[in-house]
Amino acid sequence: MIEFEFVKPSTVADAVKALAADGAQALSGGQTLTPTMKQRLATPSVLVSLNGIAEMKGVTVGGGVVTIGGATTHATVAKEASAYPALARLAGGIGDPAVRNRGTIGGSIANNDPAACYPAGALASGAVIVTNKRSITADDFFKGMFATVLDEGEIITSVSFPVPLKAAYVKFDQPASRFALTGVFVAQYAGGVRVAVTGASNNGVFRWKEAEAALSANFSASAIAGLKVSPKDMISDLHGTAEYRAHLVKVLTGRAVSAA
Amino acid sequence: MTKVTMTVNGISQSAETEGRTLLSAYLREGLGLTGTHIGCDTSQCGACVVHVDGVAVKSCSIFAQDVAGSRVTTIEGMANEDGSLGVVQQAFQDHHGLQCGFCTAGMVMTTSALLKGNPRPTEQEVRHGLEGNICRCTGYHNIVKAVLAASGQDAVAMAAE
Ligand SMILES: Cc1cc2nc3c(=O)[nH]c(=O)nc-3n(C[C@H](O)[C@H](O)[C@H](O)COP(=O)(O)OP(=O)(O)OC[C@H]3O[C@@H](n4cnc5c(N)ncnc54)[C@H](O)[C@@H]3O)c2cc1C
Ligand code: FES
Ligand code: FES
Repeated sequence: MIEFEFVKPSTVADAVKALAADGAQALSGGQTLTPTMKQRLATPSVLVSLNGIAEMKGVTVGGGVVTIGGATTHATVAKEASAYPALARLAGGIGDPAVRNRGTIGGSIANNDPAACYPAGALASGAVIVTNKRSITADDFFKGMFATVLDEGEIITSVSFPVPLKAAYVKFDQPASRFALTGVFVAQYAGGVRVAVTGASNNGVFRWKEAEAALSANFSASAIAGLKVSPKDMISDLHGTAEYRAHLVKVLTGRAVSAA
Repeated sequence: MTKVTMTVNGISQSAETEGRTLLSAYLREGLGLTGTHIGCDTSQCGACVVHVDGVAVKSCSIFAQDVAGSRVTTIEGMANEDGSLGVVQQAFQDHHGLQCGFCTAGMVMTTSALLKGNPRPTEQEVRHGLEGNICRCTGYHNIVKAVLAASGQDAVAMAAE
């Protein structure tokens, strides 16, 4: 790893200041960034730890919305987000216990790994991603594999999830990495159903709009029986072909509806 | 260089670090505590698991300066006061839960954190709890038995062969 300067501010304001330095990058759980730095795929000259910022930690509930601080670990969400059980279960199913004790929601959403779990939860919930300078809806936030609308030095300070009437996340584990080979998050709101798919598309997390329409009319697994998912643009790798992933999208959506 | 102090296995310890010094390197090279092993060095295998402020973490993915001032427990802190093996360690020995032993420190640290949160896990919960710890030797069955035994349950009756 190439040497860098390590700083650990205790407020968002100080972190933003530190991130203004040339070559500065934010660090949360380090579950993704540390291995990336070892490979020299990231070579920050200043690493700004967000782990000492109390205002970015914890889960709060109010007005039908669960708000999670950007530096809150997956383990804490699994334990404390009981107001949104499907989201708590998603967090409790990420990786393994040691990953959950360190990895954070802010890091996961900023990284937007095409097989990550939180992007599906955020998109299906119509979550709002709050940064040090603006609020962004999930629909506008994710911009394809590993890409988001975040500017350089912009920090996710919290993510707000409107609590649905019913919801479930079903993930088909890639057994070696425990990321989603494909995962589907279904959430039913008074205004309609949202379905978000991770692990399947070359363009990262996406909404399956046909299923949303069908499930908004009839919230049962049979409502999507006649729909087809195109393998075009789906990920094909040694773990599964594009056709296999397209098939999984439909199967997992049905399972998520039944589990909700 | 920056001097980093932590309470390791109950003793306040210090060592010089660079920004890039990992917790695993701080323990092994800075403090000479080589019981914590480094397998993959990419946060996949769990050989390097230690406890930081009571929770299991992979020390190869954490920078020492990020956990300055923490309470850390390593495998060297798992034996009883008199030097005899702790309950989890003894169970691994009794049930032949190790062969080469490379993964064992991480397995023991993950197990003791697991049992703190769930004192009588089912076999399924044990397998789920150890998902982040890879063993190339044992095939896991004897590790699962050891964990169940360490929880005071009848491991032989419970664990699948
Ligand atoms: C073995 C293993 C299994 C895993 N399994 C899963 C899984 O099943 N599902 C899943 O979803 N994920 C999984 N992960 C990924 C894990 O959830 C990571 O925690 C996550 O991808 C990154 O979060 P982090 O807090 O560790 O971020 P870091 O690694 O610290 O940072 C990641 C990136 O985000 C940036 N960043 C961090 N925090 C912020 C912030 N608040 N605002 C803006 N930018 C920020 C960093 O600069 C960096 O570019 C797994 C990881 C491992 C090692
Ligand atoms: S050496 Fe840390 S997880 Fe493998
Ligand atoms: S005993 Fe050899 S790796 Fe587990």
